[in-house]
Amino acid sequence: MALPKNIERVSDTIWEISPSYKEGMRVPARIYATEKLLHDMDHVVFDQITNVATLPGVTRYALCMPDGHFGYGFPIGGVAAMDAEEGVISPGGIGFDINCGMRLVLTNLTYDDVKPHLKELVDKLYDRVPAGVGSTGFVRISKNEFRQVIEQGARWCVHHGYGWEEDLELTEESGCIEEADSSKISDKAIDRGFNQIGTLGSGNHYLEIQVARRENILDEELARLFGITIPDQIVVMFHCGSRGFGHQVATDYLQVFLRVMESKYGIKILDRELASAPFDSPEGKAYFSAMKGGINMSFANRQVILHRIREVFSGVFGRSPEDLGMHMVYDVAHNTAKLERHLVDGKMKSLLVHRKGATRAFGPEMEALPARYKKVGQPVIIGGSMETGSYLLVGTAGGHQTFYSTAHGSGRTMSRTKARKLWRGQRLQREMEDRGIYVRTASWSGLAEEAGPAYKDIDAVIAATEQAGISKRVVRFIPIGNVKG
Amino acid sequence: MPFEFLEDIATADIAFRAWGKDLEETFTAAADATMNVMVEELESIDPREKKELRLENDHLDMLLFDLLQELIYYKDAEELLLRVRQIEIQEKDRLHVLKGVASGEKIDRNRHRFRVDVKAVTLHLFRLEKTENGWETLVILDI
Repeated sequence: MALPKNIERVSDTIWEISPSYKEGMRVPARIYATEKLLHDMDHVVFDQITNVATLPGVTRYALCMPDGHFGYGFPIGGVAAMDAEEGVISPGGIGFDINCGMRLVLTNLTYDDVKPHLKELVDKLYDRVPAGVGSTGFVRISKNEFRQVIEQGARWCVHHGYGWEEDLELTEESGCIEEADSSKISDKAIDRGFNQIGTLGSGNHYLEIQVARRENILDEELARLFGITIPDQIVVMFHCGSRGFGHQVATDYLQVFLRVMESKYGIKILDRELASAPFDSPEGKAYFSAMKGGINMSFANRQVILHRIREVFSGVFGRSPEDLGMHMVYDVAHNTAKLERHLVDGKMKSLLVHRKGATRAFGPEMEALPARYKKVGQPVIIGGSMETGSYLLVGTAGGHQTFYSTAHGSGRTMSRTKARKLWRGQRLQREMEDRGIYVRTASWSGLAEEAGPAYKDIDAVIAATEQAGISKRVVRFIPIGNVKG
Repeated sequence: MPFEFLEDIATADIAFRAWGKDLEETFTAAADATMNVMVEELESIDPREKKELRLENDHLDMLLFDLLQELIYYKDAEELLLRVRQIEIQEKDRLHVLKGVASGEKIDRNRHRFRVDVKAVTLHLFRLEKTENGWETLVILDI
């Protein structure tokens, strides 16, 4: 597919589309990618990211990360920072799966320790962490208690015995974003989510046992600081979000914004999925408070899943999770809008940074980092396809160019509908097992849709983020066991 | 089936086209397409429980959006898989009103084979149009 005619190379990894490309663009759009990644990118990305550049209050650039692909409203991989006074907030810039994100957990086990128990571990994880369509979790609470969960996030879980105090420190926002307001949330959203804590969901959500091979330690000093200290160390990485609850919050406010956007605020958009309201408006503020509830539900979800993972490992190895060294490295959010302060043209400004399928990647010395990572920067956890590998990176000072944001995955290149025609789940499972990756899935066709070749080359995507200076590689992990939603 | 899944639109999500000779048929086809993204064999959903549907919206296409969202809601809130069995769509005082019945049953992992969960109906490229032979819709579901 042809690139837009007036796309210009700013550097080997930055490409710019000027505001003359489309009527209404307030700022240029910038795409972070190598030339090859750019040429392979779905052309819809260019249309979507330039639509984002038309939104009121968009500051400096509408940005797309190297894993960018076809989204709705924003492309997946889209980042836009809106002026907090004059800008908008848009559910289409956050995604329906609010705070879909990644968590990385250490063990002090090696590949040789785990290999004889791999099937048992994956089978038990599959039993204990429900996945797939409409699955429900083991945490049985009333709808009123659920309102506490969405205001307190992972803190609620730790206080109820699902996790350790240190887990909170190692989660973005310490596992609880302030000022989530359950009174701004519909009963429908509560109905959809209150029994889903501790469930993976489906699609690209997964839980994976991975190994850090010696040759894949790319920065030894940082790896050590992040807890990767022994040869062939086993880690657990998982990806999931705020489940039906977050999806309903986004759906509710999408409709609220559609009703008031043009009639009350005179905002015109190029895609209804970009429905917006001024951030400083009753509707905008209500969504922000409700969306924070989605952020907290997702932190709680990952916290309870972590608890289950610790239980499973502990049961299989007959040792306590503490003894197995099952500390978290970090927990990162993908789909959020957060109020942050960034330097723009020499002035500190308050910006509402929308990241949709993009990871926050704070550099060294930035506020909000846990004390132990303050000197080096934020751990960034990026999952690849189930067949290839994943990465642990670190945020860099160079991240200022993207409001300290980087990629979130490898990014898809093929539609689900096409992938399920090309592969069969059962056969793929057998082939992966032959290659040393044991997979359990809630859906055979869902597994086929996640086949490795449906994704971009993770190594190329990650290399592009490092080349652009927005994040730096620390460790590459190889999958050996996977629970697929 | 009066719907088809599209290979060349959307990557991480799922796009479909659904059609019918009138609005009722088109809405029913779109509802089945949405359910078929989650459940491989629609015939495996037995009509054991009934839900009355009553939805209204100023915009006809958003009425369809509401219907599909309703099915997604019941799937999570009550673990119910539903198919639209009978509907009637009318316009009253510039308001589009849908009345009808959906029926289905609770998720049964032994009998229902699942594909992927639907998170939401997106509005990207969403359209409902009158055609020569009736109506047609294009929907992208967030997965």
